[in-house]
Amino acid sequence: MLCERCHKQQATIHLTEILKNEKRERHLCEDCAREEGIAIKAQINLQDILSGMLEAHDNVGRNANLRCPDCGITYAEFRSQGRLGCPHDYDVFAEPLRDVFEKVHGATEHIGKLPHRAGADSRGQRELLQLRRQLQGAVEAEKYEEAARLRDLIHEKETAGETR
Amino acid sequence: MKLDKIITSPSSWLKPGGPNDDIVLSTRVRLARNVAGRPFLSRLNPDEQNDLEAYLKQAVLAALKPDRYTWFELDDMSQIDRQCLVERHLISRELAAGEGRRGVAIGPKQRIAIMANEEDHLRLQVYAPGLQLQDAWQEADAIDDRLEARVTFTFSPNLGYLTACPTNVGTGLRASVMLHLPALVLTRQIEKVFNAVARLRLAVRGLYGEGTQATGDIYQISNQACLGRTEHDILETLGTVIAQIIAYEKEARGALVTDSPTALDDRVMRSWAILTHARIISSEETLALLSAVRLGIHMKRLKGVNIGTVNELFLTTRRGHLQKLRGAELGESERDGARAETIRERLGTN
Repeated sequence: MLCERCHKQQATIHLTEILKNEKRERHLCEDCAREEGIAIKAQINLQDILSGMLEAHDNVGRNANLRCPDCGITYAEFRSQGRLGCPHDYDVFAEPLRDVFEKVHGATEHIGKLPHRAGADSRGQRELLQLRRQLQGAVEAEKYEEAARLRDLIHEKETAGETR
Repeated sequence: MKLDKIITSPSSWLKPGGPNDDIVLSTRVRLARNVAGRPFLSRLNPDEQNDLEAYLKQAVLAALKPDRYTWFELDDMSQIDRQCLVERHLISRELAAGEGRRGVAIGPKQRIAIMANEEDHLRLQVYAPGLQLQDAWQEADAIDDRLEARVTFTFSPNLGYLTACPTNVGTGLRASVMLHLPALVLTRQIEKVFNAVARLRLAVRGLYGEGTQATGDIYQISNQACLGRTEHDILETLGTVIAQIIAYEKEARGALVTDSPTALDDRVMRSWAILTHARIISSEETLALLSAVRLGIHMKRLKGVNIGTVNELFLTTRRGHLQKLRGAELGESERDGARAETIRERLGTN
């Protein structure tokens, strides 16, 4: 809907005025509303802010004293500096970090590039995990030939792992 | 290559001729990596930090063509030189301001910079002029492979590349595109664009990154999420959004010509007049005027001015570069005079 005053910008302010028992609806863009002296209250939901703060407080509160045996950093220290001390922290703080991952990335698992060298093991594990996911997809989509091929491939990789 | 040569030669990522160069200045792809079996930077003592820097220097130069890369130690460098490298986007402000042993390898044509002992052990950055997300990524990926042949990076099967800050975990990839959006600013539509962008887990920053204000109508848009999606997906999402923004900016430029051509010309020509005649000019004013002139050139309202020269002025009128070119430390008012002189020199109107 376009602003009824300038007919150029989108109307984002919708008002219902009652003048002398007559009801009138108005649709204005922000600029025109401001020019007409209509105060625009930012639509901030107090509930959202509070629950966000409580969540953050909770996340730190419950885990504040978790400490990494390798580098000695606590979860509270990490939250105040925003930097972890060593890779092992990802295991020690795994649970509270999940919330952080959800918030920042909207996900909790890596599906990107795999290093060639970070141990054939982790590479193999990821591959297997992905193959299993593909297998599941193939079965659900009733692509049985594809599923059989994937099943063989998974078996091959698993046994290769055992004999290594 | 000598540091002075780097600072005084044109920056290749500001060169015109890249795809969509009327709106996109440059593309950057950054990868964050850490060496396996060592704590992150904040938990390294000075000896360990020295040792890591020496190890990385040796590994990086051996993995890449050492004759094409030069390694610089940040703690040996003057304040002005560090500032210049920040202005060129070759190092981050964090690396410039950091403590202890830290370094940077600068590669061919200043398109590649690899920082050691920044927030993460290694930060690899590849720049390309214009919009070239795929090309920049492929180059970064290839360099990463070569580094990986010598260095084992910390990697977890579930979380990917582990980084000092959980916001970078996973791919460790941050792709960012630097856009010049004067028409969206002039037509007051920029806020709308940014509100939409924020919902897609993308971040908007100013010319000099985190916490800096957008100056000269220049904005950097980058991905925030780097876990739970492939590099390809990250680049594709960003690329799609950038294409949209480019289309909006073009539309807004079109509207300026149809709705108010005289006002547009007035803005461009006044900016040109001030830039070519001023004797004292602040850096904020410079950026605002350069923005209008750049817009004027690309919209063919201002002819006979070299766009490459104008792009370079975005860089050479900054605090560090001005002092470097003058070979002296300058106070603020001296800089404002020197800046006006440099602009007149470069634009050939001295």
